[in-house]
Amino acid sequence: MKFEEWNGFKCGDWQNEINVRDFIQHNYTPYEGNSDFLEKTTSKTEKLWNKVLDLYKKEHDAPGGVLDIDTKTISTVSSHDAGYIDKDLETIVGLQTDAPLKRAIMPFGGIRIVEKSCEAYGRKVDEEVENIFHNYRKTHNDGVFDVYTPDIRAARSSHLITGLPDGYGRGRIIGDYRRVALYGVDCLIAEKNKELEILDVDDFTEEVIREREEIREQIKALNALKLMASKYGFDISKPASNAKEAVQWLYFAYLAAIKDQNGAAMSIGRNSTFLDIYFERDLQNGTLTESMAQEIMDHFIMKLRMVRFLRTPEYNELFSGDPVWVTESIGGMGIDGRTLVTKNSYRLLHSLENLGPAPEPNLTILWSTRLPENFKKYVAGLSIKTSSLQYENDDLMRVTLGDDYGIACCVSPMKIGKQMQFFGARANLAKALLYAINGGKDEITGKQVTPKYEPILSEYLDYDEVMEKFDQMMEYVAKIYIKALNAIHYMHDKYSYEAIEMALHDKDFIRTMACGIAGLSVVADSLSAIKYAKVKVIRNENGLAVDYEIEGDFPKYGNDDDRVDQIAVDIVKAFLIKLQKHQTYRNSKHTLSILTITSNVVYGKATGNTPDGRNSGEPFGPGANPLHGRDSTGALAVMNTIAKLPFQNAEDGISYTFSITPNTLGKTDEQRVENLVNMLDGYFKQTGHHINVNVFDRKLLEDAMEHPEKYPQLTIRVSGYAVHFTKLTREQQLDVINRTIHERI
Amino acid sequence: MEKEDLRYYAKVHSIESFGTVDGPGIRFVLFLQGCHLQCKYCHNRDTWNMNGGDYKSLDEIYNKIINYKNYIYPNGGVTVTGGEPLLQVHFLISLFKKLKNDGIHTCIDTSGMVSISKDIQELLSLTDLVLLDIKHIDNEKCKALVGVGNTLELNFARYLSDNNIPMWIRQVIVPGFTDNKEDLLKLKEFILSLKTVERVELLPYHNMGAYKWKNLGETYSLENVSPATPNDIERAKKILAIFS
Repeated sequence: MKFEEWNGFKCGDWQNEINVRDFIQHNYTPYEGNSDFLEKTTSKTEKLWNKVLDLYKKEHDAPGGVLDIDTKTISTVSSHDAGYIDKDLETIVGLQTDAPLKRAIMPFGGIRIVEKSCEAYGRKVDEEVENIFHNYRKTHNDGVFDVYTPDIRAARSSHLITGLPDGYGRGRIIGDYRRVALYGVDCLIAEKNKELEILDVDDFTEEVIREREEIREQIKALNALKLMASKYGFDISKPASNAKEAVQWLYFAYLAAIKDQNGAAMSIGRNSTFLDIYFERDLQNGTLTESMAQEIMDHFIMKLRMVRFLRTPEYNELFSGDPVWVTESIGGMGIDGRTLVTKNSYRLLHSLENLGPAPEPNLTILWSTRLPENFKKYVAGLSIKTSSLQYENDDLMRVTLGDDYGIACCVSPMKIGKQMQFFGARANLAKALLYAINGGKDEITGKQVTPKYEPILSEYLDYDEVMEKFDQMMEYVAKIYIKALNAIHYMHDKYSYEAIEMALHDKDFIRTMACGIAGLSVVADSLSAIKYAKVKVIRNENGLAVDYEIEGDFPKYGNDDDRVDQIAVDIVKAFLIKLQKHQTYRNSKHTLSILTITSNVVYGKATGNTPDGRNSGEPFGPGANPLHGRDSTGALAVMNTIAKLPFQNAEDGISYTFSITPNTLGKTDEQRVENLVNMLDGYFKQTGHHINVNVFDRKLLEDAMEHPEKYPQLTIRVSGYAVHFTKLTREQQLDVINRTIHERI
Repeated sequence: MEKEDLRYYAKVHSIESFGTVDGPGIRFVLFLQGCHLQCKYCHNRDTWNMNGGDYKSLDEIYNKIINYKNYIYPNGGVTVTGGEPLLQVHFLISLFKKLKNDGIHTCIDTSGMVSISKDIQELLSLTDLVLLDIKHIDNEKCKALVGVGNTLELNFARYLSDNNIPMWIRQVIVPGFTDNKEDLLKLKEFILSLKTVERVELLPYHNMGAYKWKNLGETYSLENVSPATPNDIERAKKILAIFS
């Protein structure tokens, strides 16, 4: 391959094959300096951003926070005409529909959810669309419910397994959007045609046929991508020739994905250092100034802040605040020891200062203890100012994932363009523990949900007996769970295949079956109470265990106490092994996450009293956090506890949300930055995987609850993403406020 | 070993794994149980009782601290506070010997209201920093506020200075009790006479510990004293002038 757009780049394998990493490694310029070079907003940026802020306000005031819906056009890569905020001001163009913040309908995942969403905001889906999807075209959601078995339905409706992507897009797939900028679309189509040749084989098996069909779909999607760009006046069949084009090409590719899929998380990958190569080339040619470079990045970020999906209010109860998870991974180290931090990593982060804090894109720092000190301090300072960053352990992930992986959604790492996941939400193990005690009956409804087991009949719970029964119950949950996920992903592939995202993958890639655990700390504390204190069972008139009385004290998860922490570790390991016993769809690799997003509130609501003393309906701790108020020995003790959870058994990520008041973090700005840097270094040396960092005073949040109009941009980190605090439900706001905020008096 | 062997056992009130205000960097803070003063403004009233707390062994505490070495090594360390940590001097000698062996920074937060015994001397030789809380520069007022006069703590400060042991001088600013201008000027004069003062910290009095008194059925006598405001602190800082 040879393109004049590549002039000035260093040669490598990347010119003979699709290999973005090789291009980066040969061409990027590590940056170890400080942030002094950064530029403020240009006047164009300021004008444009003010227009966006106006739109935000209109959106906020609209019913349900939804500005407008295109109820007629079935969204596809090329379905809508070009849309602009203000064409003359926009350096980077492209919207999901023909107008800003207007939401599109994507019925391939399920028509009912689209109808319900429209109704919730006072609109109605176009009749013809309804006709098509009710009478002629089957959806993912229809497919799943056609095959669900009674046991899956029972586990699902009793919230034993919950949050499943059977009525909404699974998301969590990251296309390698950089490929479009580096190679142009024609080159990618040619590559896909070569893949079809490889699949012209004698044994024409179901697998081969399916793969050939998928690749054909991918080629169609790539052609649609070109068509979409042409509506904006761009020909992206060839590679991008400068920085502005590189950002534009890359954004078009991402835009295609979010026009095609309303996925639970639509992450964008790891782009800042790739783009830096283009910026450096232009800066050296003298065709770009630093101010222009910042303008391009600011405008790009603005677009990412405007991604919107049509979702139901119920969905928002699970994942509150309208999150999209435009997760962008920044920093990390290369396997050759050079840092992957570049000037453009700073520019991207600097948008938080230029445009103010915001939840999207979901900025994720890949932290290594060997990151340049200047960069560490810069991001720690930004965290303290904006509470908008999360951190994940690059030293831990690089071992198995190399140095060109990105985070999907909150904490799920995957090799860009070489790996995808089947998102699997989570199993409620706290509820499973109660089922173990009650012989498979639901503690709230009394319904027999699992096959009948012998319940525990003794007055006091015996650790060994409970463990034996819990082990069996986990076996059952694992079986149902994989059955459900196999059904879901079979149907998603069949009826709502992510053709454009998969077009930006290699032919052969890794698939993971990403299962999850909710309620880990509740289970660990409950088992600890049973083991180290005495737990008396309170039964109702039907003999159903509905409450527990604890006599004596017991070690609690979150205090760096091995007696209970080890219980949590053992459960993670045991549950993964149980999942591994079951065959997965497309031979995907079983993985596990300990992540709840904001659904810890909903799961808690659906779970009765637990033997650790948690009351029925009370929220679980988010992700791998201890239950609120159980940690009594300070923040680092919590970190040490969570760092014990083994990443190799929970490769899909272990989430920890950390909140602290500014004064507790340190006395001066300088000390706060230094303490946060040392804290992060320490946590990741302990092999912690992920941490959200919030720095705020409780009073501020209380005020924001009462006077939301004063805090339009107040951003906080919740499990794995960031959110406008004022967009949370009141219940979730209270959960955040009541959650342990490390504080010194 | 018997729990009575005070070289190897300590009476512990609690630990805080992430201290950032009691000494430089990130601190593992060990709160020891027991205090012989009766400071009216004490916000840890529950640490006074010599018979309270739990016995913890030297190994247990040391191993706990080592669990946090990844966080404290760069520029933090261990701070022992209380209660009055110097009441458990034998234990602290054993602990600090081990910590010094590992190159961990050691710090004691104390009122200095003890006589300089051989043991105290040995402990201070293993101590990198003392946070010395001067209760009151005026002997009589000191007695009224905390139950004993200030002779011992002023001697203690002098000893630190003479033996080249770094210290941070602290004083709690209790409006109407410790913020009298003459007293503050006297304090300034005293501090200037010391050679090893690295920092002076004025801690604003707050009443967030009052509930602990009530929980123990004790009367909180400063009920009507309002917490020190940032203005109170600024004013006191100005009087002390040398320190910003």
